[in-house]
Amino acid sequence: MWCERCKQRQATVHVTKVINNHKTESHLCEVCAGKSGKDLGFLFEPNFSFHHLLAGLLESEFGVKSESFSQQKEESHKKCPTCGLTFTDFRNMGLMGCANCYDLFKDHLDPLLRRVHGSIAHTGKVPKRTGGRVRVRKEIEELRSKLQEAIKREAYEEAAKLRDEIKEKEEKLN
Amino acid sequence: MNLQGKIKDALPGWLNEPTPDGDVVLSSRIRLARNLRQLSFPHYAGEKQLEEVISQVNSVLKSSARLLPDYVLKRMDGLGQLDRVLLVEQYLVSLDLINNPAHRGVVLNKEQTVSIMLNEEDHLRIQSIFSGLQLKKAWELGTQIDDQLESQLDYAFNEEKGYLTTCPTNVGTGLRASVMIHLPALDIVDQVKRVLSVLPHVGLNVRGIYGEGTDSSGNLYQISNQVTLGLSEEEIISKLVSVTKQVIDQERSAREALLANESRLQLENRVNRAFGILTHARLLSSEETINLINDVLMGAELNMIPGIKVQTVKELLFLNRPAILQNLVGQELTPGERDYYRAAVIREHLTSAKE
Repeated sequence: MWCERCKQRQATVHVTKVINNHKTESHLCEVCAGKSGKDLGFLFEPNFSFHHLLAGLLESEFGVKSESFSQQKEESHKKCPTCGLTFTDFRNMGLMGCANCYDLFKDHLDPLLRRVHGSIAHTGKVPKRTGGRVRVRKEIEELRSKLQEAIKREAYEEAAKLRDEIKEKEEKLN
Repeated sequence: MNLQGKIKDALPGWLNEPTPDGDVVLSSRIRLARNLRQLSFPHYAGEKQLEEVISQVNSVLKSSARLLPDYVLKRMDGLGQLDRVLLVEQYLVSLDLINNPAHRGVVLNKEQTVSIMLNEEDHLRIQSIFSGLQLKKAWELGTQIDDQLESQLDYAFNEEKGYLTTCPTNVGTGLRASVMIHLPALDIVDQVKRVLSVLPHVGLNVRGIYGEGTDSSGNLYQISNQVTLGLSEEEIISKLVSVTKQVIDQERSAREALLANESRLQLENRVNRAFGILTHARLLSSEETINLINDVLMGAELNMIPGIKVQTVKELLFLNRPAILQNLVGQELTPGERDYYRAAVIREHLTSAKE
């Protein structure tokens, strides 16, 4: 469908207005819809979507792995047993289907994450209850840096206390 | 009609004083993306799973009364279109949430400083928003609510990747922190582009609130973090705060420079002309109003208009919006009628503030 205003671009913004039970529909392209932002109020936001960019980022111009055709085919048919998302779906939408997809498509995802975030490892908050071992490990790390600091300050009594705390937590991990 | 009382009800609850650095910063907001381990992400989930999200969150909130006392859960499919758009205009929900209203919802606290969107791109989007530069406060409230929800909900969390999100661009912390700033003086001295073009180099995004890209007719911009993985929440927030403070400094020194030389008269002329139109016009389009508010807001920020506070002018930014305006008037309005009521409401709001 062409934009009803400029008749030059695809209509991608569809507006239905109901005023006093009278329904009017307009079909505009993004450019014209942006121009008529007055009518739409601020409802129109420029559609700068990462989802489409992501798919592009999945493909490397250097073709990272020279997978054989059959391997590629196998990959694209790989299907998440939990939610049913296939790799092709992910490639098209740039969206994951469920938590399990992150494990299943890890090999493809890591290079992508490195490109988008410059990192593949989370260093932030860990949930208290479901964080489990990661949380304990994180606490140990924090205690260790406190310990180093205490030793530097020659606060040996405090350091001894911290050391015991670390030991206790490490035993919990094993 | 008792317009002032109605105006207060139509404005978002979070738009309140105090507003630290409120002469430049309109609002600070954080958003945490969270998902439930057992269920498919919203775009891949069936109706049953989506309803499961809503009922799980609701039962946690019900059982822990301390978490959000007096909260309300609004289902999008239970609201009329005007009421949905109202929530968008108040910055309480996103456009995505209302574009697809079935099985979507939002939880709001009484002060409207917290909103938890249900089944938007992720199962939960916990948002906390405050006036002025109060990003740390927003984070503290947001993370506290996150902790309490997590004490009963099984989040999708991965040791290496952190909080798992529908879109890989949010994975890790799931945190998007943003501030909305007003840069009229930098615009006058033609330095907005120079100042804002630096931000992407330090991992921050900028966009104009009205208009596209870095063009913004109201001189309002949003700065937010780009990266969510590999940095801690504290690192993300402190970077955004420190960069925002530098932008604030740039804007303030541009304002001082404008006031110090002969451009002061020009500035006063511009501010007072805009104020004259806003207090006397009988018809105002939203586009024209955005530009006029920009000038009057600058005037208030510089203490140029006796009796007019920054807060009052910021409220105009919201009263200008179609759904808020129609909610205020209490009926649906054609665009032509809107221009009439917009002028009336703005006139009333500015005149009663001056008294």
